[in-house]
Amino acid sequence: MTNKTTRLALALAFAFGATLGVQSPAQAQANRAEVLHWWTSGGESAAVKELATAYTKAGGTWVDAAIAGGEQARAAAVNRMVGGTPPTAAQFNTSKQFLDLIDQGMLANVDVVAAANNWDKILPAPILNAIKIKGHFYAVPVDIHMPAWFWYSKAAFAKAGIASEPKTADELFAALDKLKAAGLVPLAFGGQPWQEKITFYAWLANVGGPDMYMKLYRDKDVNLPATPQFKAVLASFKKLHNYVDAGSPNRNWNDATAMVIAGKAGVQIMGDWAKGEFATAHQTAGKEFGCFPGFGPKSPYLVAGDVFVFPKINDPAQIKSQQLLATVFTAPATQVAFSNKKGSIPIRTDVDVKSLDLCAQQGVTIMKDVSRQLPTPEMLISPDLEGSLQDVITKFWNTNESVDDAAKAMSAALKNG
Amino acid sequence: MTSRRPLLRHLVAWAALLPMVATVLWVYVGSVLWSMRISVSSSRTLPIGDFVGLKQYARLFDSERWVLSLQNMALFGALFIIGCLVIGFLLAVFIDQRVRAEGVLRTIFLYPYAMSFVATGLVWQWMLNPELGLQATVRGWGFPNFTFDWIVRQDAVMLAIVVAAVWQACGLVMALMLAGLRGIDESLWMAARIEGIPKWRVYLSIVLPMLGPSIGTAFVLLSVSVVKVFDVVVAMTQGGPGLASEVPAKFIIDNLLVRANIGLASAASTVLLLTVLALLAPWFYARAHASRRAERVARALRASATQGATA
Repeated sequence: MTNKTTRLALALAFAFGATLGVQSPAQAQANRAEVLHWWTSGGESAAVKELATAYTKAGGTWVDAAIAGGEQARAAAVNRMVGGTPPTAAQFNTSKQFLDLIDQGMLANVDVVAAANNWDKILPAPILNAIKIKGHFYAVPVDIHMPAWFWYSKAAFAKAGIASEPKTADELFAALDKLKAAGLVPLAFGGQPWQEKITFYAWLANVGGPDMYMKLYRDKDVNLPATPQFKAVLASFKKLHNYVDAGSPNRNWNDATAMVIAGKAGVQIMGDWAKGEFATAHQTAGKEFGCFPGFGPKSPYLVAGDVFVFPKINDPAQIKSQQLLATVFTAPATQVAFSNKKGSIPIRTDVDVKSLDLCAQQGVTIMKDVSRQLPTPEMLISPDLEGSLQDVITKFWNTNESVDDAAKAMSAALKNG
Repeated sequence: MTSRRPLLRHLVAWAALLPMVATVLWVYVGSVLWSMRISVSSSRTLPIGDFVGLKQYARLFDSERWVLSLQNMALFGALFIIGCLVIGFLLAVFIDQRVRAEGVLRTIFLYPYAMSFVATGLVWQWMLNPELGLQATVRGWGFPNFTFDWIVRQDAVMLAIVVAAVWQACGLVMALMLAGLRGIDESLWMAARIEGIPKWRVYLSIVLPMLGPSIGTAFVLLSVSVVKVFDVVVAMTQGGPGLASEVPAKFIIDNLLVRANIGLASAASTVLLLTVLALLAPWFYARAHASRRAERVARALRASATQGATA
């Protein structure tokens, strides 16, 4: 190399080394919290913005880390925790999804916040059982979703001559027959495994009853599927298949809701997140569409929801941020503002529900009756077992499998899981 | 002085190769071995270092969904490879006839391969949807009994996926075959014309065997797509009505991410790897055997030629 080239190379090397040596000044952000979640759709983003606003008002700095898709977001959260760069808070469902993380000691508990805010008293039992592991609180719940509401189009019901909401399974089948006779699609359905799964939850809880439901999902009784009562529930569940249209396989849930909104279909069994679709179409509960949570005045109310967990971080500033997040998320005002945008109901019943819509108000009233609360299976069984049972249900729904074979497959799944 | 130059060159070559070698060994081979280790543990969301023997494998083959996914992959593989080879060859032959807009046609036929499998899957899903797509359109044209609902039928959904996949990949096969066809000597065509052999006969009996290497390349590329088929299934049917279009890659990803069961997913991917190796091993052996035989024959010929020359 010539002298000139050597000098140029050395100069470049020094410049490069200098930039490496310079540290970017640490930004002074009070109570900085990086929150990882999967709320990316329109309504969901508006809802999470309410949380961010409340946190900022309480003196924190919200750093949003949104990842589309629940599974992807949870996988990213786990990977970051294992990799050593955890977010301040990560979203999970109120379920057993984060039990492994607790077992491996990767989550910090928020007992301080729980004690200060009386969580033992104000939170419903299904949620407490999911977030309180071995006496410590490892997650903060932010909403309660009910995956088994029955939505119906008032116009479709009027056209078919159905006068009142069905109060039993037989009344529902009669209504579906009337809808079919009127030339409408009786049951708007999306043939994706998770939708078939929640339809089965709704059916088992309402037709089989809470006792049978808990025997299956909490006690994991392998002999239950073989009983004639359970097989009767399976048979009537399959009867619903006669009322869905041919294009139902793999249809998205919101396309099925669109059928109800347009009055082309009568009923949809879907969670309370469907309210967002009706709201976007400028329809109001009680006017263009109706909602009922199950059959009869004592129907069970399935409790599902979302929580935020806090990875173990050895930084006192981060721990302070985590505790502030937990306090803000469960404050009554935040809960009402968030529920309005999200379509869920608040986690506590001591809030002012005047601003919530008709169906949400109904939900809050029902939640006050402890006997009607029923945890969703994901709070009771591992994601693995839930998946195996989902496979059984989707196969039973989509093929000509006999009720006996489906029952046997269910028992086998319970035994293996 | 003269012995240091080659050494320096070797060192430089090795230094250039080192990142790639390290990546292959550490990332690729290392993670394969790590997956195999996890497959004999009871890991769920996070890896656990215990040892449970072949329990995950037993559970795997007990799972109806896994066995079905292997069957679906075999069916998809057979139809996809045959369909792509046949259609790709016919397209290449068509373009080889020195048609006028050859460049434009070549681009059009190759264009689908530039699309991602996800985009292909989504569009084909809409087209094959009985309520929104082809069936509804043709019925609207006045054929009320026309049915084309493969995608919602348990027994025909894999055929629907094969249609979309073949549409996408036959362009690549066409490009490979065309390159092979263009490598065929003009004199062959002239000789065939003089002999009066019909063109289709020439293609079938003379040209096709000469395209052996192109067909082999196309076969290998298509087989790779078969083993890792995932995006077209997820985009089109998400596993199909029920479990009908389940494929091994989707089973593995589902268990890895959704079901938080990385032990079972690792067992499934190990089985997939061993299946592919088991299928490839006889082929590699046959090729090595054939090349060794060819070498022996060539050596024998050379030996006899020199003998003849000296004799």
